[in-house]
Amino acid sequence: MPEGDLNIAERLLSGDPAAFEEFVESYRRKLFQYSFLMCGLREDAEEVAQDTLLKVFSSLEQLREPQNLKAWVFRIARNECLMKRRKSVFAPEHELSLDELRPQATGEGDARAIEIADWSGLPDDAAERSEIRRIIGQGIKELPDTYRAVILLRDVEELTTEEAASVLDVSTDVVKTRLHRARLALRQKLDQSLRSAALGIA
Amino acid sequence: MQDCTDVFARLSEYLDRELPGATCEEIEKHIAACAPCVQFVESLKKSIHLTHGLTPEDPLPPIPEELKQKLRRAFDDGARRRGK
Repeated sequence: MPEGDLNIAERLLSGDPAAFEEFVESYRRKLFQYSFLMCGLREDAEEVAQDTLLKVFSSLEQLREPQNLKAWVFRIARNECLMKRRKSVFAPEHELSLDELRPQATGEGDARAIEIADWSGLPDDAAERSEIRRIIGQGIKELPDTYRAVILLRDVEELTTEEAASVLDVSTDVVKTRLHRARLALRQKLDQSLRSAALGIA
Repeated sequence: MQDCTDVFARLSEYLDRELPGATCEEIEKHIAACAPCVQFVESLKKSIHLTHGLTPEDPLPPIPEELKQKLRRAFDDGARRRGK
C-alpha cells in the first residue's frame, strides 16, 4: 500500500481540510472512471462517484484500518455500482477460456512463431494517446462482469491481490485466475486493433 | 520442465511475482530459450502497463460548487462526531 494513502487517511480522520481537498480531487476521477467502466453510463458513473464520496465522508469512522483506505473506498463504490447496474449494458456473462486467448503458433522447432502484431510502435504511457485509452476502455467494457471487476481494481487502480479479493468478496486465487484471463483478453483486443491498424500504427 | 502452455497459464502470477522462487526460475529459463514466449510476454507486459492508471477518455468536468459544499458538510459533520 502506498504510504500516501495511509497519510491521507489519517489526515482525513483528523478532519484536516487540506486532506479533504486532495482526496476529492484524486478520488472523484478514479471513482468516476471505475464506475463508468463498471456501470456503463456516464450519468450513472457521475452519481456513483458522488454518492461514494458522500458515504465515505459520512462513515469515515468505520474505516478501522487507515492503511486500507483505497480498498474500503472501492468496496463502497462497488456496492453503489451494484445498486445502479442495469442489465445487459455490457457483454453477457461467460467464462473466458485460456485456449481462446492463446495466439496461433506456426512452424516447428526453431522456426516456431506466433501470429502477433508489431507492438513496438505503442507508447509506454496510454495518456499520450487518446485512441489507445479508447481502445483499452472499450476492451475493458467488453469483458464479462466478473473479469472486468478484477482488472479495474488490480490493473487500473493497482490494488493488491488481497485488497481486490476483499473488495470483491472472493478468494485471492479467484482474483488471480480472473485477472490473468482479463489481461489476456485485453492483450488480444489490443493485438487485433494493432493488426487492423485501428491505432494508425502501420 | 515448463512448456509454452504451462508458462502461458501462469504469466500474470509470474509478472506479479506471486510464484515461488523455483517456479519463477523455471519460467525464466523457458522464456529465455523461447522466441514466441518472449514476444508474447513483451506484448502482455505492455498491455498491462498501458492499463495502469487509465484515465477517462472524456475528462470529468470540474466538480460543481454545490456538490463540493455538500461533501464538505458531510466531512465536517463527521469530524465533529469524532470530536475533531
